[in-house]
Amino acid sequence: MYRSFLIKYGEIGVKGKNRYIFENLLIDQIRFSLRPVEGTFDVRKEQGRIYVDVTSETYDYEDTVEALGRVFGVVAFCPLLQVEDEGFDRLAETVIAQLAEAYPAKNFSFKVNARRARKDYPKDSMTINADMGEKILEAFPDCRVDVHHPQVLVCIEIRSLINIYWEEIPGPGGMPVGSNGRAMLLLSGGIDSPVAGYMVSKRGVAIDATYFHAPPYTSERAKQKVVDLARLVARYSGPIRLHVVNFTDIQLYIYEKCPHEELTIIMRRYMMKLAEHFAQEDGCMGLITGESIGQVASQTMQSLYVTNEVCTMPVYRPLIGFDKQEIVDVSEKIETYETSILPYEDCCTIFVAKHPVTKPNLEHIKKSEQKLAEKIEELVQTAIDTAETIRVEA
Amino acid sequence: MEAYLDNAATTRCSERACRLMADLLTRDFGNPSSLHMKGVEAECYIEEAKKKIAKTLRVPEKELIFTSGGTESNNLAILGTAMANQRAGKHIITTGIEHPSVANPMHALEELGFSVTYLGVDQDGQISLEELEQAVTDETILVSMMHVNNEIGAIEPIEAAARIIRTKNPGTVIHADGIQSYGKLRVYPERMGLDLFSASGHKLHGPKGIGFLWKRDKIKVKPLLLGGGQQKGMRSGTENVPAIAGLGEAAWEMHRHLEENLDHLYGLKEHFVEGLSGLEQVCVNGKTGQESAPHIVSASFAGVRSEVLLHALENKQIYVSAGSACASNKPTKSRTLTEIGLKPELLDSTIRFSFSVHTTQEELDYTLQCLQELIPDLRRYSRK
Repeated sequence: MYRSFLIKYGEIGVKGKNRYIFENLLIDQIRFSLRPVEGTFDVRKEQGRIYVDVTSETYDYEDTVEALGRVFGVVAFCPLLQVEDEGFDRLAETVIAQLAEAYPAKNFSFKVNARRARKDYPKDSMTINADMGEKILEAFPDCRVDVHHPQVLVCIEIRSLINIYWEEIPGPGGMPVGSNGRAMLLLSGGIDSPVAGYMVSKRGVAIDATYFHAPPYTSERAKQKVVDLARLVARYSGPIRLHVVNFTDIQLYIYEKCPHEELTIIMRRYMMKLAEHFAQEDGCMGLITGESIGQVASQTMQSLYVTNEVCTMPVYRPLIGFDKQEIVDVSEKIETYETSILPYEDCCTIFVAKHPVTKPNLEHIKKSEQKLAEKIEELVQTAIDTAETIRVEA
Repeated sequence: MEAYLDNAATTRCSERACRLMADLLTRDFGNPSSLHMKGVEAECYIEEAKKKIAKTLRVPEKELIFTSGGTESNNLAILGTAMANQRAGKHIITTGIEHPSVANPMHALEELGFSVTYLGVDQDGQISLEELEQAVTDETILVSMMHVNNEIGAIEPIEAAARIIRTKNPGTVIHADGIQSYGKLRVYPERMGLDLFSASGHKLHGPKGIGFLWKRDKIKVKPLLLGGGQQKGMRSGTENVPAIAGLGEAAWEMHRHLEENLDHLYGLKEHFVEGLSGLEQVCVNGKTGQESAPHIVSASFAGVRSEVLLHALENKQIYVSAGSACASNKPTKSRTLTEIGLKPELLDSTIRFSFSVHTTQEELDYTLQCLQELIPDLRRYSRK
């Protein structure tokens, strides 16, 4: 039974003098992700590596693997056997016993990859490779050595303790959350925005979110769906502050005053404005949307130009060059797809025009917006004042 | 004020039934099939419930089969009859306004090679007896129709239908889906000439997850669930004793107060329909007097989307259904409303209000007042 995991992290390792900051953040994130898992764990840094040790008598291996697999910054991790140095013969016995348990057919190609970090060990790396290979071949006559494409890469690291591992489970990569500030995600109930949040968060960005609901045109279920989506994203990004903004009155006012085919584009400008307000409040340094060029009328280059114009913060659009299927693929991978496709109406579709503008002109839109002058500021303020904030945790 | 007007979807469980059920879950929790005292005790509760239900329907106790609810009762009635009688013929008759728990088993049988005739209905949701008479052939093994329609509250002429079917083909099995009628109307299925009758517990202040099928003794029905042979092999699986007892209790309460309940509900209905007709561009679907079910009112609000109105009422703590609750998660058009010839533009503008014995006139007045306030605003903002 594995009692430790070796965490492999990629690009953090090459950071210069800030390296310890990234490592410490990664350790924090690993600890956080393991909190709901049955068992207790010690996450420690040793000689430039991060280890997760199981400190409770029992623990849930499957859940641990799942939790580690969601920590940004983890490139891969290896379930690890740690043994005391009791001589090479004893070490070989342990390796063989463990291999027999992991591969009961005892028929595989392998390569031994030893590293001698403790230089007073009597055998050097090359000798360990050769001697251990021989012992394994003796024990399992059906096995063969393949130094180029082994099915099993048996890693043996001689440190103060000896690490033995051969399984490498891929992590999500990226950077530990918190290493790159915070951004505000415009979260709808659709497929794209949770994926956008995931992708930006993967680069170490903590996430808050804004959702616009429009009762009675959208239902309590639609809102619950967005909370559920935020919870799924939070499994990767950590806790999310979700601002639920009542958008009904603004929407109806635009509907009443502005040309119908411009409704969506003008609505989206106010959504960006409101999201930016909450972004500033939360100390965010950017907005995130799930837009992708040309996907719908409001995401043409012209429409993006017009909606972008209201923001002073940078707007990150990580899906900008993705096709729908590519977005769906990621949403299936991060398990938001099933929730995203639940059929509740969101506020963007309720009054949508049959033929919305696809090439809006900024000056023209601004002129239309002048018709809102009388009440819009007040309505925006009310939307801000009445917004509900929900702390969403995985 | 809160007004729960979705009693055709489900009702609040009767407190007497709840108390009894709590006792049976914790104190007298035996398995009725056990040979010891605890088992015998549990069996007694089932017998007691059967006795009560049998009395309300005036049928022999031994002819009741408990199921997991209305859907299972309908499935057992339809699939079970078809499977047991397919040598006598492969023709079945039903109506175009059935609940999915009847319509979908019918579709499944069509795939197995049965032919199904779907009777049309008039603007009030009632079948034509002439059309029925013409549809019955020597090959007809089963006629299944609802007693009370769940969406507009139409009462089908099942007694007259049964007489016609008997004359033309005495061998045809006659099933009525009584899920919206049992406990709301006087129903004596045996005297009405039926062979099978489905009911559900939670529509009449009983618990969810329980229902029954009344099956005339001589009728052949093949069980759907095979196992330990409980309920004379008709429905294997340990009987849900607490729910059965709860259903018995609830059914008995409804039966004992049926006359006064009917007065109360028809009074409410008349009052509410009158109030609705005072609103602009609102039409009530189907019949409304004593020829219709006492607890269901279906109304169409021109120019208002039903889902939006539903949520607007929800904000006022008034709870209703858009069309039929059982199908409201899917954006499909209601078949009943289409079949009664409702104008296409009203299909998505129809709300079902359904009452229970707990509903009060004040709640309905409050609802009418809210409707009057909400509708003009909702009409102003419609999808262009």
